[in-house]
Amino acid sequence: MNGKSEITEKYLDLYKDNITKISGVSSPFINSFRAPALKKFSELGIPSKKDEAYKYTNLNVFFDHDYESYFMPLPSDFAEAEKFRCEVTNLDTHGIVLLNGFYPTVNEKLRQLPSGVWIGSLSEAAVRFKDIFEKHFGKYARSETDGLVHLNTAMASDGVFVYIPEGVTLNKPVQVVNLVQAGNDIFNQHRNLIIAEKNSNFSIIICDHTLSPQKFLTNSVTEIFVGENAHFDIIRVQNEHNNACKITNTFIHQEKNSVTSSNNITLHGGLIRNSTYHYLGGEGAESYSYGLFLADKWQHIDNFVNVDHAFPHCTSNQLFKGVLDDMSTGAFNGRILVRQDAQGTLAYQRNNNILLTDDAKMDSKPQLEIYADDVKCSHGATVGQLNDDALFYLQSRGINKREAKLMLMFGFAHEVIQNIKIEPLRERMDNLVMQRLKGELSRCASCMVKCG
Amino acid sequence: MMEKDNDKILSEVTTGEYKYGFYSNIEMDRIPKGLSEEVVRLISFKKNEPEWLLDFRLKSYRHWLTMKMPTWPNLRIPPINYQDIIFYAAPKERKNLKSVDDIDPELRKTFDKLGIPLEEQKHLAGVAVDAVIDSVSIKTTFKETLAEMGIIFCSFSDAVKEYPDLVKRYMGSVVPYTDNFFATLNSAVFSDGSFCYIPKGVRCPMELSTYFRINSANTGQFERTLLIADEESYVSYLEGCTAPSRDENQLHAAIVEIVAEKNAEVKYSTVQNWYPGDKEGKGGVFNFVTKRGMCKGENSKISWTQIETGSAITWKYPSCILRGDNSTGEFYSVAVTNNHQQADTGTKMTHIGKNTKSTVVSKGISAGYGQNSYRGLVKVLKNATNARNYSQCDSLLLGDKCGAHTFPYLEVDNSTSIVEHEATTSKIGEDQIFYCNQRGISTEDAIGLIVNGYAREVINKLPMEFAVEAQKLLQISLEGSVG
Repeated sequence: MNGKSEITEKYLDLYKDNITKISGVSSPFINSFRAPALKKFSELGIPSKKDEAYKYTNLNVFFDHDYESYFMPLPSDFAEAEKFRCEVTNLDTHGIVLLNGFYPTVNEKLRQLPSGVWIGSLSEAAVRFKDIFEKHFGKYARSETDGLVHLNTAMASDGVFVYIPEGVTLNKPVQVVNLVQAGNDIFNQHRNLIIAEKNSNFSIIICDHTLSPQKFLTNSVTEIFVGENAHFDIIRVQNEHNNACKITNTFIHQEKNSVTSSNNITLHGGLIRNSTYHYLGGEGAESYSYGLFLADKWQHIDNFVNVDHAFPHCTSNQLFKGVLDDMSTGAFNGRILVRQDAQGTLAYQRNNNILLTDDAKMDSKPQLEIYADDVKCSHGATVGQLNDDALFYLQSRGINKREAKLMLMFGFAHEVIQNIKIEPLRERMDNLVMQRLKGELSRCASCMVKCG
Repeated sequence: MMEKDNDKILSEVTTGEYKYGFYSNIEMDRIPKGLSEEVVRLISFKKNEPEWLLDFRLKSYRHWLTMKMPTWPNLRIPPINYQDIIFYAAPKERKNLKSVDDIDPELRKTFDKLGIPLEEQKHLAGVAVDAVIDSVSIKTTFKETLAEMGIIFCSFSDAVKEYPDLVKRYMGSVVPYTDNFFATLNSAVFSDGSFCYIPKGVRCPMELSTYFRINSANTGQFERTLLIADEESYVSYLEGCTAPSRDENQLHAAIVEIVAEKNAEVKYSTVQNWYPGDKEGKGGVFNFVTKRGMCKGENSKISWTQIETGSAITWKYPSCILRGDNSTGEFYSVAVTNNHQQADTGTKMTHIGKNTKSTVVSKGISAGYGQNSYRGLVKVLKNATNARNYSQCDSLLLGDKCGAHTFPYLEVDNSTSIVEHEATTSKIGEDQIFYCNQRGISTEDAIGLIVNGYAREVINKLPMEFAVEAQKLLQISLEGSVG
C-alpha cells in the first residue's frame, strides 16, 4: 500500500492517545506484542477494496465513523451483564459472557471446571498461567495481508481464555456470549485464546449479539491451538442488528491427527466478515469448515476461509452456503493451499448461493493453489435460484408456492446445519433458520439467547 | 518399478527439444533499441501512416507512461527493460511483391521449414495465410479468391491505407487504448498484424490463418489483429506462432479484437508455440496478450480455443463481452507448462445482454517445475436476465515440483441467472496406469493415452488440420512422459 489512508491514520492516532491506558491493564507479555503489531498495521492499513482479500467488501462505511472507544469497562456495565441469562432448551453449557470485549466479573475472573479445565478472562490468564499463555499467545494469529489482525494485537486487552488439559473430555460445551451494549456508538476489540491439549475433546459455542441499537464496530481475533489427537468444534452464531459491523478472525492451529470443525451461522448482521484460517500442522489432521448466512435489506456478509495444508495426508472440507434477499450482498472467498510436501492431501470446497431478488448480489472466489502432485482437490461454486422443477413437484402435490419455497430454502440451509454435532443446538438452529426465512426474525429479538 | 518408469519418462519430457528454434539469416531493417516519443513517431513514419493513427499512438504512449505493470498475477516475472528492446524490425522490402517468387528465398525457406504454405498452388488444404515475421506482414495468400466474395483479409498496414473507415470505426472499440499496461504499450508501438472483414451474409469458405514468427534478436513483437464479422457471417480463424531459441527473454504483447454483429459467428483458434526457454528456464518468450471479443449483435457467437504449449511466461485472458441478447461465448483451453514455464491464463465472460450463455472448459497440465494458473471471471450484470454460465477447470499434475492453481471469480448481480464453476486437481491415477499396463500398454503409452483423453474435449474444438498439429505438439511438449 502506498500512502496511508486517512482512515488508517485515525486508528494510528487512536493507538497513540490510548496506549498507556491499554497497557496499564495488560500483562507485560501481551504488551510486548503491541508495538510490532502497530508497525505492521501502519504498513498494511485498514483493508480497502484494492486488497485482494477484501475485494468485495467495503469497510469504509463502518471504519470511517467516529466511535467512542471502549478500552475500560465500567462497573455499571458489569452489573448489567450479570443480569443477562441465556436459555436454550436442553442445552446445558458452561457459560461465559463477554461485554464489549471484556470479561465482566470482578471476583471470579477465572473459573475452574472439573478435570482441571479453566475458563475465563484472557488478561487474568496472562498473569495466572504465564507459562501456558506465553507458549501460545500470538503464535497463530499471523497475517501478511490483513491489517485488522494486527490492529487487534496492538490494542485488544481482554477476551476469553479456555484451557483444556491433556486427555480431558468436556461433556458440556463451553458457551461464550459476546454482547455489545452501550449508550453511544462504540468500537471494541477482543482477543480469545483457546488451548486444547493432546487427546482432549470439547466444543465451544460463540454467540454474537447486540443489545442496543447504536452503531457498533467489533474486531475480534481468536487463536486456537488443537493438540495431537484432540477433537475440537467451534460453532459461531451471529445475530446482530443492521447497524453493527462484526469482524472475526479465527486462527486454528492443528497438530497431528487432530480433528476440528468450524461452523459459522450468520442469521443477521449489518456487515459481517468472518475470516477463518485453518492450519493443518501435522500429518493426518482433519479440518471441516462450514458456513451459512441469510441476508436481507442492505446487509453484507463476507466469508473468507483459508486452509493451509502444510503436512502430508491431511483432509479438509469446506461447505459454505448463502441465501440473499432484498438488496443484500454476499461474498465468499475460499482458498486451499497445498504446500510442496503435503502429499496425499484430500481437499474439497463447495460454495452454493441463492439469489432471491435482482438487487441482491453475490461474489464468489473459490481458489486452489497446489504445489504437490499426489493430491485430490476439487472445488465447486454456484450462484442461482431455487430449482423450478423441485418447486413444481411440491406444488403439484398441493403445497402452496410460499410453503414450497420455504421448504426448499430450509433444505438448502439444513445441509450446513446438520453438521452441528450438539443436538439441542442443531434443533434450535433449524428453528431459528425457519423463523428467519419466514421473516419472523427481523431483529435479534429472539435467538438462542433470550435477551432482556 | 512403475515409479521408476514414471521417473524415466518424466526425465525424457524435460529433454524434449523445441524444433522451431532455428534462426534465419534475413536482411532486416531495424530501428535502434529503446522507447520514446521519437520511436513511436519513427514507427509511424516508416509505415507511412496517416495523421489520425499517429495521434492514436501518441495518445497511447503518453497514457502508458502513467501506468505501472500490474503485480497481481501468480507469476514471477523478471523486470523488463523497455529501453533494451527493438520495437521495430522488418525484412528489407523488395519492391512490388507480385508473385511468390519475389519473396526473399531465405524467408520462403523459413516458412517452408515451419510447414507454412505460402505458395498457393501447392497448397491443398485451403487455408489462407497471413504470414507475419517480426514486425511486418510479408505475404497474404488467397487474397484474390477471398476478395471475390467481398472478404477482406490483409495485413493491418494495408487495411489502414485501403480501408481507413473500417479500421477507424472498429480499432480500439473492444480493447480501448487505456485497457491495460500491455494493451496500451501495443497501441503505441504496434507494428503490423492481420485485418479481416467478413461482409454481411458471407460464410468464409476457408480457414483464415495468421502465422507469427519472431526472428530478430532483442526485438519485441507487437502485432494487432482486428477481425470483424458482419451480420449473418461466419469465419474460422487460426493463429500460430514460433520463435528461435535464445538465451534472453523476448516480449510479445499483442492485441486481438473481434467484433461479431447480429447472428455472426467467429471461431478463433490459437496454437501457441513460442520458444519456451531451455530446461533451466533460461530465455523464452513472454507472451502477454490482450484478446477480447465483443458479441455486439443478437444471437452472435464467439468461440476461443487455445492450445498453449510454448512461452516462458503466458499471461492472457481471451474474453467475451456478451452484449447482444442471446449471444454466446465459449472458451476452450489446454495449457501445458513444463520445465520452468509459467502460465496465468483463463478468460473473462461478461454477461450484459439477456439470455446470454457462456461455457468455459480449461485443462491445465503441469510438469517439471511448471506453474499453471487458471484465472477467470464470470460477471453477470443486473439486466442479463437468464444468463447461464458453466465453467470447468481441471488440472493435471505430472511431478512433485510443479504447481496447479485455480482462481475463479464469480460476480452475479441477477437472480434469474445460473452460474456454475467446478474445478479439480489431481495426478494421473496409478490405477488408471495399472489398468493400461495389464492390458499390455506400456506406461509411456498409457500416460500419453490418458493425457490425450484428458485434453480431447478441447482439441476436438479445433479445425481438423490444427487438431492434428495440436496433438503432436502436446506429445512433443510432454513427450512420452505424461502427455
